Amino acid sequence: MKRLQSSHFRQITQQAGFTFLTAIALLTAITILMVVIYIAIKGAPAISWEFLTGLPSNGMRSGGIFPAIVGTLYLTIGTAIFSVPLGIGAAIYLSEYASDNRWSRMIRIAIINLAGIPSVVYGLFGLGLFVLFLNFGTSILAGSLTLAIMTLPVIISTAEEALRSVPQSFRVVSISIGGTQWQTIRRIVLPQALPGILTGVILGLERAAGETAPILFTVAAFFLPRLPNSPFDATMALPYHLFVISTQVPGMPVQIQYGTALVLIIFVLGMNLLATVIRSRARARRQW
Amino acid sequence: MKKNLSWNEYLITGLIIVSGYSAILFVGLILFFLLREGLPSFREVPLPVIFSKRWYPIEDYFGILPLLGGSLIVTLGATMIAVPVGLSTAIFISEIAPRWAREILKPLIELLAGLPSVVLGFLGVLVFTSLLRRALDLPTGLTAFTGSFLLGGIAIPTIVSVAEDALDAVPRSYRDGALALGATKWQTIWRVTLPAARSGVVTAIMLGIGRAIGETMAVMMVTGNAPVLPVRLSMLFSPVRTMTATIAAEMGEVASGSVHFHVLFLIGIILFSISLIVNVIASAVVFRQRKRSERILS
Amino acid sequence: MIKIHIENFFLFYSDGTESLKNINLDIPVNAITVLFGPAGGGKSTLLRVINRLNDLADVKQFSGKVLIDGQNILDPDLDVIALRRRIGIVFARPVVLPFSIRKNLTYGLELAGIRQKQQLEEAVERSLQQAALWEEVKDRLDDPAVALSGGQQQRLCLARSLVLEPEIILLDEPTSGLDPISTGKVEASLHELKKQYTIVLVPHSIQQAARTADHAAFFLQGELIEFSLGKIIFTNPLDKRTEDYVEGRFG
Repeated sequence: MKRLQSSHFRQITQQAGFTFLTAIALLTAITILMVVIYIAIKGAPAISWEFLTGLPSNGMRSGGIFPAIVGTLYLTIGTAIFSVPLGIGAAIYLSEYASDNRWSRMIRIAIINLAGIPSVVYGLFGLGLFVLFLNFGTSILAGSLTLAIMTLPVIISTAEEALRSVPQSFRVVSISIGGTQWQTIRRIVLPQALPGILTGVILGLERAAGETAPILFTVAAFFLPRLPNSPFDATMALPYHLFVISTQVPGMPVQIQYGTALVLIIFVLGMNLLATVIRSRARARRQW
Repeated sequence: MKKNLSWNEYLITGLIIVSGYSAILFVGLILFFLLREGLPSFREVPLPVIFSKRWYPIEDYFGILPLLGGSLIVTLGATMIAVPVGLSTAIFISEIAPRWAREILKPLIELLAGLPSVVLGFLGVLVFTSLLRRALDLPTGLTAFTGSFLLGGIAIPTIVSVAEDALDAVPRSYRDGALALGATKWQTIWRVTLPAARSGVVTAIMLGIGRAIGETMAVMMVTGNAPVLPVRLSMLFSPVRTMTATIAAEMGEVASGSVHFHVLFLIGIILFSISLIVNVIASAVVFRQRKRSERILS
Repeated sequence: MIKIHIENFFLFYSDGTESLKNINLDIPVNAITVLFGPAGGGKSTLLRVINRLNDLADVKQFSGKVLIDGQNILDPDLDVIALRRRIGIVFARPVVLPFSIRKNLTYGLELAGIRQKQQLEEAVERSLQQAALWEEVKDRLDDPAVALSGGQQQRLCLARSLVLEPEIILLDEPTSGLDPISTGKVEASLHELKKQYTIVLVPHSIQQAARTADHAAFFLQGELIEFSLGKIIFTNPLDKRTEDYVEGRFG
């Protein structure tokens, strides 16, 4: 009789526990969905061709957000130019060349550190080095370089994982036919790892596109209603623009705020979707 | 026969090696520039002033304690929200959820992770602050709690993904063994799976905390930016200022090379050190766990 | 005539364990030499020394001489790439590269800088003929190589090893995963190929050793116990240990 009771008790505990966990997970999921849907609903009315391609006017209280969109685009491209070759190169080094010694462990610790540095500290660093010391000024160049270093850890770790997942037997075969290490990497390892690398790059750039703190003192302009002409120009950017219009400008029409938020979300999530699609398509076509 | 390595290959290999070591270079550079601009503050501001309770730069009050306190209370609050929710969700995804639920939940968590923090701050300012103000009848909705709530949301994806990975990595045989001995699924989770994934879960929590401490925009937008040292629990519902928000808010108006400038960099050094410590500990835990499991499994 | 001359060869792994002890072996040209013995005997290790593939592994040091056509291949200044092009190797599991059948074969040629389409096509057909695979795949050379059956993949690997017209072919238990028909096809190819190439084979069974060996070397725990003609060693071995292994008393 006692044994039966305790088993019953255990069942009740399990049911309660499962229900509790399920509820929390469900609540989290619903909240996330609601956030996106809410912004979408309140921001959609603001989206129009003029909004996306027009310049801000009336102290940004009307008009469009074209300079911010373009600025974010330029920054994303600039970040890619600096971080992608460097990141993939580092990943190739760690995966194909480095042996497990003190130096390679130091490199990995450095990467972990770079990943953990708060984004505003990157902003300080960018200010100190690129804006002031190297005298680039508040510019797309300074902002891109800062964002690039911030994005490096993400690219390196996903790229390295992608490279490592390529079967070792391929490398052995290539070497045994008389290939050099670089030939093996260039012709077999890198192409096979490319989808995974690409996914990591896109996810890294997606993060860079959405960051505000690193660009606060390195590139972001409060109100610059024209497009940047050179890498040495400052520019508006979507995340900073959203921050500004939601906290710094009195009398800002709510619809424009939600519209800007929506554009930013679409930009960022669009990249996310792209990365996911690449990842699943590559998995389906893999020949190993 | 001589070694036949073409110049091309030599050059490329060299570039690859340089890229490999670049991470070390960058950490060094960051540290260097932080120190370069931050250390002078020790010369310019006497130590007792730095550790005082008043932060009012206009009148040369550079006490960083309120900022430290602000960061602490907001992070603490965020942790108290993010850890239970994050762990519960991770356990749910890993142990309880049916396949279809997992396929929906995981992308949703990734969605949250991908949302720029400024968007969450934006929602916080527009929606959450007024909700809170009316609900608790506060003078303002810009409080530490608001910040904690948003920060918690931002830290949840980090905790969920790392913890879920850790739980996933627990060998199936552990669970099967427990079930075979007559344990319920619930008991298995709490007494077998979770302890086995302990170091991964701890790492997840630490990384989540690290993420929370380092967050800037969301907290800046919703915590009210009043550099007051929170000493009572009720002050959770009044405005505070975090270290990150201070830098972000004030750097724009500061003359480069001034004392204020240097002190802001000093705060940057503190943030850098905290994240260094958190991340090194977290990775050391993972490293030790990996070595242990390699020994067991070999 | 001797193709590969191995003299006083020792090899140590980085943890100090001795893998090969004092190997003295002369591998003749245009014949199948079989290295057989129980697991852990060092046969695969020796195989990989011949095309310097052991460079990839955790080898601490080695001593002695390994001469191919009189040239010491252990020389640190040796052009290892050129050496490996003169030697083809087939591994125990068929490892096809993630390309088409044709590309699997032209890969080695492209690495060597051969790009002329005519040359590539000829090499593809020739090597597939030699591996007895041409008839089966000639109409689908652009299909992915992974679509082939296990036996076909392994014969593709054999063809791949032949595509650069090497002088030596090394095979490490090439038929261990294959069905008897595929095994038979591979062994038949080897009988043809030995007329042109020097073949060193680690068999996966003693029966295979007996079927294929012109010459055979018995390895036990890193030492070469006995080396003689295939006809003799399996029926009338000199050393007791060889006899015990051949008779199946241990293995």
